[in-house]
Amino acid sequence: MSNFLDRLTYLTRTPETFADGHGITTGESRDWEKAYRGRWAHDKVVRSTHGVNCTGSCSWKIYVKNGLVTWETQQTDYPRTRPDLPNHEPRGCARGASYSWYLYSAARLKYPMVRSRLLRLWRDAKATHADPVAAWNSIVIDPEKAKSYKVVRGLGGFVRAEWDEVNEIIAAANIHTIKTYGPDRVVGFSPIPAMSMVSYAAGSRYLSLIGGVCMSFYDWYCDLPPSSPQTWGEQTDVPESADWYNSGYIIAWGSNVPQTRTPDAHFFTEVRYKGTKTVSVTPDYSEVAKLTDLWLNPRQGTDSALAMAMGHVVLKEFHLAGKSDYFDDYCRQYTDMPFLVQLEERDGRFVAGRTLRAADFKDGLAAGEHADWKPVVFDANSGKVKVPNGTIGSRWDKSAKWNLEMRAAADGSELWPEVTFVKKHDDVVAVGFPYFGNIENDQPIFHHTGHDSVLDRNIPVRRVKTKDGEILVATVFDLLVANYGIDRGLGGGNVAKDFSEDIPYTPAWQEKITGVPAARVIQVAREFADNADKTHGRSMVILGAAVNHWYHMDMVYRGIINLLVMCGCIGKSGGGWAHYVGQEKLRPQTGWLPLAFGLDWCRPPRQINSTSFFYAHSDQWRYEKLEVGEILSPTADREKWKGSTFIDCNVRAERMGWLPSAPQLDRNPLEVAKGAAASGQAADAYIVSELKDGKLGFACSDPDNPVNFPRNMFIWRSNLLGSSGKGHEYMLKHLLGTQHGLLGKDLGESGGQKPQDVCWHEQAPEGKLDLVVTLDFRMSTTCVYSDIVLPSATWYEKNDLNTSDMHPFIHPLTRAVDPAWESRSDWDIYKGLARKFSDLCPGHLGIEKDLVTVPILHDTPGEMAQPYDVKDWTKGECDPVPGKTMPSVVVVERDYPNTYARFTSIGPLLEKLGNGGKGINWKTEEEVEFLGKLNGTHLKGAAAGRPKIDSDIDATEVILSLAPETNGHVAVKSWAALSQTTGRDHTHLATPKEDEKLRFHDLKAQPRKIISSPTWSGLEDEHVSYNAGYTNVHELIPWRTLTGRQQFYQDHEWMRDFGEGFCVYKGPVNTRTLKSVEGKRDGSKEVALNWITPHQKWGIHSTYSENLLMLTLNRGGPVVWLSEIDARKIDVADNDWIELYNANGAIVARAVVSQRVPEGMTMMYHAQEKIINTPKSKATGNRGGIHNSVTRVVVKPTHMIGGYAQLAYGFNYYGTCGTNRDEFVTVRKLHNVDFGDEVPATAAE
Amino acid sequence: MSYYLNEFLFGIYPYIALVVMFGGSILRYDQNQYSWKADSSQLIASRGLRVGSNLFHVGIILLFFGHLVGLLTPEWLYELAITPATKQMLAMVAGGIFGTICFIGMTVLLHRRLTNPRVRATSKPADLLILVILYVQLILGLATIPFSAQHLDGSSMVALAEWAQHIVTFRGGAADYVAGQGIVFKLHIVLGLTIFLIFPFTRLVHVFSAPFKYLFRSGYQIVRKRG
Repeated sequence: MSNFLDRLTYLTRTPETFADGHGITTGESRDWEKAYRGRWAHDKVVRSTHGVNCTGSCSWKIYVKNGLVTWETQQTDYPRTRPDLPNHEPRGCARGASYSWYLYSAARLKYPMVRSRLLRLWRDAKATHADPVAAWNSIVIDPEKAKSYKVVRGLGGFVRAEWDEVNEIIAAANIHTIKTYGPDRVVGFSPIPAMSMVSYAAGSRYLSLIGGVCMSFYDWYCDLPPSSPQTWGEQTDVPESADWYNSGYIIAWGSNVPQTRTPDAHFFTEVRYKGTKTVSVTPDYSEVAKLTDLWLNPRQGTDSALAMAMGHVVLKEFHLAGKSDYFDDYCRQYTDMPFLVQLEERDGRFVAGRTLRAADFKDGLAAGEHADWKPVVFDANSGKVKVPNGTIGSRWDKSAKWNLEMRAAADGSELWPEVTFVKKHDDVVAVGFPYFGNIENDQPIFHHTGHDSVLDRNIPVRRVKTKDGEILVATVFDLLVANYGIDRGLGGGNVAKDFSEDIPYTPAWQEKITGVPAARVIQVAREFADNADKTHGRSMVILGAAVNHWYHMDMVYRGIINLLVMCGCIGKSGGGWAHYVGQEKLRPQTGWLPLAFGLDWCRPPRQINSTSFFYAHSDQWRYEKLEVGEILSPTADREKWKGSTFIDCNVRAERMGWLPSAPQLDRNPLEVAKGAAASGQAADAYIVSELKDGKLGFACSDPDNPVNFPRNMFIWRSNLLGSSGKGHEYMLKHLLGTQHGLLGKDLGESGGQKPQDVCWHEQAPEGKLDLVVTLDFRMSTTCVYSDIVLPSATWYEKNDLNTSDMHPFIHPLTRAVDPAWESRSDWDIYKGLARKFSDLCPGHLGIEKDLVTVPILHDTPGEMAQPYDVKDWTKGECDPVPGKTMPSVVVVERDYPNTYARFTSIGPLLEKLGNGGKGINWKTEEEVEFLGKLNGTHLKGAAAGRPKIDSDIDATEVILSLAPETNGHVAVKSWAALSQTTGRDHTHLATPKEDEKLRFHDLKAQPRKIISSPTWSGLEDEHVSYNAGYTNVHELIPWRTLTGRQQFYQDHEWMRDFGEGFCVYKGPVNTRTLKSVEGKRDGSKEVALNWITPHQKWGIHSTYSENLLMLTLNRGGPVVWLSEIDARKIDVADNDWIELYNANGAIVARAVVSQRVPEGMTMMYHAQEKIINTPKSKATGNRGGIHNSVTRVVVKPTHMIGGYAQLAYGFNYYGTCGTNRDEFVTVRKLHNVDFGDEVPATAAE
Repeated sequence: MSYYLNEFLFGIYPYIALVVMFGGSILRYDQNQYSWKADSSQLIASRGLRVGSNLFHVGIILLFFGHLVGLLTPEWLYELAITPATKQMLAMVAGGIFGTICFIGMTVLLHRRLTNPRVRATSKPADLLILVILYVQLILGLATIPFSAQHLDGSSMVALAEWAQHIVTFRGGAADYVAGQGIVFKLHIVLGLTIFLIFPFTRLVHVFSAPFKYLFRSGYQIVRKRG
């Protein structure tokens, strides 16, 4: 009744007692407890997740109270696994649990923001130009005006604006750019569709409809392992984390499982209770190192030496010793070991050449079409050379023999391929193998050996009569064993009888390079293989970005993959290659593709590999310090490569149709299409003649010419300029034209070797981009550098889909509350933009023909382009033939004024051309019809009668309905389509789930498991966990490579020229970024350290890194880890401020001095936001940079190869990679910490 | 001082102050339980609290009980043991000692509250007000000692005790006892009554919740019944 009166109980009876009077009960009011209960009360719980490029993809409960999100907790309602397999829960970590902080924090973007100088220019221009496009034109053609807002990018000065006004600016800029320069000058960067598929699709659909370019992320992030396409013709198909539990032996190699795969790490610890042994391979004493039974710590960047030595042990003790029938059978059927390689004579010695093909023989061995693309084996049954089933030629010849049955393709006879000629050979010859371990690194922490550059080793060979005469051939296996340096009693040098001999690649040899004791290497290799032999492949390697970010990443990865393949681990439950780097697995990919790239309205979309794009357009090539000759194989023809630079290689790759281009040609593609129409020729014939006459060129040949600049850039779901932007300072200078910290000189100033095929301008352009638009929910570093910032909905304010490679579930992101303030979902933002764009088109753009150049794509018949030597039409070596020796040419019709109508409806091409992916195609009329009923159809306008995609939920339903992974009916259709090619029935894998169809609301009720689909190589069923390569091994579906098998040998000419036919050891390259900044010394003690940028503990990339809760757990600002030894050298104590710099730029951070770090290395958790606590650098005079301020991309020619079976371009499948770990920085103590607070606000406003 | 003012300040004002204090406290306790607290700033800054707070509390509690006993004990009762003159001397000595202790403590506290930026920033006006009033009151109290020393017969003390006893026993004419006293006594009394008046609006309410009960309750384990 009354708190006061209730206490007046002095006259009531004495309190009840208990426990012999030691306890009493009191009757006082407990109303105060309500407050504490109310603290945890809520109005509703909504399921959502965090779309943050974290493989976790954890289901979370989002609590809403009084219309506000209050907190989140882990969901625990995942479908159960099977008996004897732990469940997936708990999933979630401290980072995800702190997300709700963002929604109402000061970091939240609440309104559309524009750089005030630009807005003022815009309003002035609008006052004199009624037409918005003319208004934009008046700003960007005036160099003074354009410069005035570009030079203050990153320096503050944002003001609020209305949605209508910002949409008008953006649409006007897009229209102006398309009209003046071409639609391929409008580009957009957004990564990781799997983290929020609809949000990605919103922007990419808009860009694809207007002819803009979508940029890749996987290669740019350097998470893309080129070794995966090289070996398997597949990109990153990996086991789910639950499959770790099926393993008998796990090596965690450069993957810090507990820290970076937090919600999955429990499987790693649980499996140890079954007796599984775990080994970690990391240079630092990381969290995973303390968790495992054994820790191997090779010097960073030398992992391939360790892997080669392990392979040496396994090949010798298991394969050559004939110890394992399992390995023997596996390799014979599933690898290229038995395939025949031609030996070529060069400089007086034999070297391994290309694989022998059916076409080398008279009548092509009767193997039918595409004999150029059918590699051959020696059949032991008949003693003849034969083409087995399953080669790339069989894939596209419609013979239904693309399978791994042990049969000859010509007549279906049984086949027993010979793996080695060691017992039955015609001769033994010495073959030269390139050796790169003798190259000295400028930095003494990387060791080299004194062995010869070419190591001659004896090989058993046979003589084979081809149509051109008799040649020598060897099997891949025999060459492989020789490559590993194992003695087989054939005489000759450079092979080891014993592990203790110092010959590449013995365990004793590797000890000098890696520092790991030889005995440890032998032990682990033996145990790994022994377990694989006994369990038939249940040995696994979990590996990650740490070993993939080196320039010669392929060698590290192929060394490890070789180990797995030779032990028969790929495609086996509990075994295989578990590469986890980010949220790559877009499980319903084929349902998403049409939505994302507008394939329902026009094909093909424009796409670009971002590494080459940024290398060219942020002018990083102008500062190149590495020379092609340095990485060329000693057995290659050096004359052929003389004078070539890396950008030359890239330009050639683009001209030969290997890599995509953006911008594509040096003229507006709308004009080119008009020219073609006017000439009366077919578009491709017109292009060929224009190119031949030199009237038309590729934009890549002159990236510094204003007509070839990328002009407008969209960035969404990404922190490109605060995180992934390698060569950050180059981007600031050349793309943005603002304040930067670049300290080095370009080739013009330094007198370095200039490119042959690229036009050199003495004065490099600054500020190529006219407009940078970023969508985000928080004011990230990228937003700070943009011109227009659009506030997007958070992960608790929109409807979307989310999947991961770590588990088989598909999750929703759900709109728990409406987008706060004036924010909007990405879908609504791009929809609004499409509407404004359409409104402004009349008078400028109508229905236009757009000429698109398309690279030769993987998983299309085009991937059989040049079967033998590389021929460049620009050098007159062959004719320019679109789709064969140069890019294909396609004319696409764009209905610009109806962009909005097209954006919000499903176009007719799905019914007309079907749907599919990875070379499998199926009809999909039923699904489109179904979507018309589910989402409704448009009643009027340009899209009348077409199914609607109005809301973000409509968009999710498009994905879910079209994808085999979420629609059982489509799954059956797709398996049936694959069966046509393989000649084997695979539909049994999906028929049990044929009637299963997932709707968005099903996912909101509970995460759902996906349905097995032929576009992935694992199965998701009651008996096995998802594991890559499973259907290849168990359903005999070939890998999508030249031989159809897992390839140890890469026979492309460029692969051989760069010495990577077989896996070899290659150490870090010399980046030479310290010498030119010696003038910046200030007398402080300095030390040169290798620059390593691993995953965070207190963030997921840059997200959470400025979150107050996470900042409180860590040190509240940028930190860099140093070893105790190095810290002592420069008088730095823990928590001191330090400065790190090289030719690329400078960073300022606090030092974490730790025993964890070995001498010679420094680590900065990547993507710590520059907007938090960043003082000024003494070296640059500007504010310290981000972790990528001291990096610069160096592209690798072997990643540019295309048109060659598995080595053909695919978006986020193959391409140049943004490597960054070979870099060194100078580290010194920062004596005066100046935050620059005293400087008056810039005139940015 | 006019008769009216004297009558109001010492005859009526005491009742206003006491009613506001008790009535206000009850209302606050009933209606705003979350505000019923000492509002300690120890979490924000602990430096200076150990010395300042302890000295202050020891001093002020003893001063309070000194005043209570000294003013409300009837003359006939203590005359059994001591004379008023002795009692006055006792009051001056004890009050001087405890007043000094309290003064040191309060000086530390006041300095802390004014100079520590975190404490200053989180202080409510009432926190500062009550601290300043108490400080002034303490100084006034200490200032009475030299006055009292001028007439050691105890007459002044007896008069003030009479006033207090008349007030609490609802007898008329209480104000007359104060009329002839020195100004410092009057100020001390008025300010003291004002402290009673603002009591329920400040953190002082925690006085009522001092957990003396814990010393006397019987159980070892205390369990609240389900509400």
